[in-house]
Amino acid sequence: MYEPVIGLEVHVQLQTQSKIFCSCSTRFGDPPNTNVCPVCLGLPGALPVLNREAVTMAMKAALALNCAVNPRSRFARKNYFYPDLPKGYQISQYDEPLAEHGWLEIEANGARKRVGITRVHLEEDAGKSLHEGFPDSETKSYIDLNRSGVPLIEIVSEPDLRSPEEAYDYLTRLKTIMLYLEVSDCNMEEGSLRCDANVSVRPSGAANFGVKTEVKNLNSFKFLQKALTYEIERQTRILESGGAIQQETRLWDSREQKTFGMRSKEFAHDYRYFPEPDLLPLEISASWKEEVARSLPELPDARRERLVREYQLPLTDADQLASSRPLADFFEATARASKEPKLAANWILSELLYVLKEAGREITQSPVSPERLAELLRLISEGKLSGRMGKDVLGEMFRTGKPASAVMAESQLEQITDPEKIAAVIREIVAANPKQVEQYRKGKTATLGWFVGQVMKATRGQANPQVVQETLKKELG
Amino acid sequence: MPDWTELTINELQSLLTSRQVSAEEVTRAHLERIASKDSEIRAYLTVAEERALEQARAVDRRLAAGEPLGPLGGVPVAVKDVILIRGLANTCASKMLENFIAPYSATAVERMEQAGAIILGKTNCDEFAMGSSTENSGFYPTHNPHDLSRVPGGSSGGSAAAVAARLATVALGSDTGGSIRQPAAFCGVVGMMGTYGRVSRYGLVAFASSLDHIGPFGRSVRDVARLLGVIAGRDPRDSTSADVPVENYEAALGRPVTGFKIGVPEEYFKGLNPEIGDNIQKGLHLFGRLGCEIVPIRLPHTEYAIACYYIICTAEASSNLARYDGVRYGLRAPNPAGLRDLYKQTRHQGFGPEVKRRIMLGTYVLSSGYYDAYYLKAQQVRALITRDFVEAFDEVDAIVTPTSPIPPFKLGERLNDPLQMYLADIYTVTASLAGIPGISIPCGTTRGHPPLPVGMQILARHFDEARLLQLAEAFEREGGFHIHP
Ligand SMILES: [Zn+2]
Repeated sequence: MYEPVIGLEVHVQLQTQSKIFCSCSTRFGDPPNTNVCPVCLGLPGALPVLNREAVTMAMKAALALNCAVNPRSRFARKNYFYPDLPKGYQISQYDEPLAEHGWLEIEANGARKRVGITRVHLEEDAGKSLHEGFPDSETKSYIDLNRSGVPLIEIVSEPDLRSPEEAYDYLTRLKTIMLYLEVSDCNMEEGSLRCDANVSVRPSGAANFGVKTEVKNLNSFKFLQKALTYEIERQTRILESGGAIQQETRLWDSREQKTFGMRSKEFAHDYRYFPEPDLLPLEISASWKEEVARSLPELPDARRERLVREYQLPLTDADQLASSRPLADFFEATARASKEPKLAANWILSELLYVLKEAGREITQSPVSPERLAELLRLISEGKLSGRMGKDVLGEMFRTGKPASAVMAESQLEQITDPEKIAAVIREIVAANPKQVEQYRKGKTATLGWFVGQVMKATRGQANPQVVQETLKKELG
Repeated sequence: MPDWTELTINELQSLLTSRQVSAEEVTRAHLERIASKDSEIRAYLTVAEERALEQARAVDRRLAAGEPLGPLGGVPVAVKDVILIRGLANTCASKMLENFIAPYSATAVERMEQAGAIILGKTNCDEFAMGSSTENSGFYPTHNPHDLSRVPGGSSGGSAAAVAARLATVALGSDTGGSIRQPAAFCGVVGMMGTYGRVSRYGLVAFASSLDHIGPFGRSVRDVARLLGVIAGRDPRDSTSADVPVENYEAALGRPVTGFKIGVPEEYFKGLNPEIGDNIQKGLHLFGRLGCEIVPIRLPHTEYAIACYYIICTAEASSNLARYDGVRYGLRAPNPAGLRDLYKQTRHQGFGPEVKRRIMLGTYVLSSGYYDAYYLKAQQVRALITRDFVEAFDEVDAIVTPTSPIPPFKLGERLNDPLQMYLADIYTVTASLAGIPGISIPCGTTRGHPPLPVGMQILARHFDEARLLQLAEAFEREGGFHIHP
């Protein structure tokens, strides 16, 4: 039996207004080479100036990952030639990173598990080579340097992950934390969250690590899991047949569903790191660090626990709500306004998320505000609306943006609680169904449910089910 | 009619303000002199005639409107071709950037223009400022105005020669290991490198970032003080520029230097040309006559300076010059067989032999497995050299040395011996490594025919430029420029 050993290197694009070493905009999707200047074009004579906002965001991420922020860190040049790397080197951090020695808790086999964070460091992004989409793409590549100089943090984990599922959970939680911190939009398709994996396998129980490969091109959560599963099986097969793993960089090919080794020559880099002489060492004062620490929002784990404690929610509901900061905010606002936390959790997690998904919207784009939802929940808990009717009303609120009371008034959806009105309906049904009445009277009390259904049907769900039950019992004698 | 090209800044400006001459006339006089003289000296790579005349007319309009002249108002300036001026070619004396037009101006250039300077053009230098003779220019060598068969020094040889030959009143150069001070010595002018961080490097094409400086040339200490005062000071676009107030340098000039302690390091007087040694000794006597105390000192790590310097500067150069790859600007080799070949052909065709040598050396010393033995060790030695100076300045106010161990040599004489060429930088690289300010001033000439200039270097504490200039100006006033062995 072999066990996998996995470590992840995650790049997160920081959503600062301007780039890390110049004042160009970081906006995504602008026409190529419009957000550029001498600095991010790497023109002769231009010099980098560090954007403090990027440091603050990186520090937020590092502190949220329980890292120790170094009072002094240093930028270094990573030298390599690539057409979209305008200076011929990337300004990164090497032997003196911003932060080290952190951890992140994941869920593994139903238990909590700490995954070590080796380091968090700051660096600049490169530009983008465009190989497709031009009339002469057959013979030419184009370069867009809008992305050149966008701030990134690299988060390197310890090789503590033991399955693709753990890796998936780690990345999910990491992403959630970054979203909570509002330091990145973590959009994998746009490349603001990127992941490489170091993978090896070893006989179960062995103390030493096996030879690892670095798997790149994991552009979605799905690919991460598939690529890791594939790579673990591949390595296991080789070892089981007596072979040896070659240390190399492999690319995940999502079409072939396989990893492929890159020609080693292409990646046999000697980056010739040395301290960046154009920037002073990055000094972080205790007061700056404290200021950032104070600005940290409540993080997902803490929030989940508070939701359980404060609102008596089941752990699974709390976990689901806490997995997104705006979702948890929405819940808490609804719970406070309605004083019905459990109902709020149920309705948000099942009904509201469902209609949002149908409409292709995020929670932040919900046309039904927490206050409006709370009003609906109050109507339900006061018995003015049945759950069934509530769903219809919510659908209408979602569509029209009107409050629950208006929707109800317009469609006369208010619940019928008047026993006399209900009795009148019941009498008609009793008269029309003598067979069922006889069965009931012979002692087959289960028939009562059938009658309730008939009454609800006749009132289009508007009858109060409790009043229906009581009145039915009376009428059926 | 007086020769407008002979004047100091103050002389020129008093004639301008009294309207005895216009800035346009002064500029034309310089352009004419360039036209007649520069064919043999070859100090300039680009002469920006129209642009200069336009700037001159703007100065004249301001004068006519009664506006103040500005500290460099109407002063014709030459700029080394590694310092960007928006709209002008910036070749770095390299085929690689032969057609590169600067899209922005260096901070130092902006400040000069703000102060009213008239920029005549861009001066020749060693390719990417790598060299000590201006023979490594990718286009043509510059000749020493004192003896056309000799080099003007380098790498800022064009700027030094232009000032010496009165093809500009003052000039900007860049100094990484002596590239202002040594050509100033060779051409018999004043050249100064401020403290590292004193002048913004923004817009100076990087050779070795931790050692690069922009600095002034002039024919008098006062002119150099004026130009330094204009370009010095914190620049938010250069993170390594210092947030230290700029002193009024000219206010320090003329004050007595009595009681100043001048250190003389014995390490700087070994193996140098005896005529130069004699001149410097005479210069030291002159300082004694001015009331300075001459104190022998030791700078024990001097012998490691050349090795240390050439490791650090080549390492940084190998990285700084990586951007010239034919992809975005500058030379692009035609018909490459793929990307790698584009890089190879472009860099093969664009760079000269000295630049290639330094890129290879620098790549080697940064390579994995060699980094600790070379680059890291050099950084440790650099710290020791800096400490030598800091300790020396506990005892003395300034240090006096020869600028170069040798007088200007013949063109071609040392071209095939790069090591000899490197070793001649011995007296200038130490201050570069320590980041302290240094000035080279004329200190007489050799006895030969024609007599060749000798330069004296004065070094001071970090940010003590005012004292450096004060001493230099006292020396100049006392007649020290005309010492003979
Ligand atoms: Zn930019």
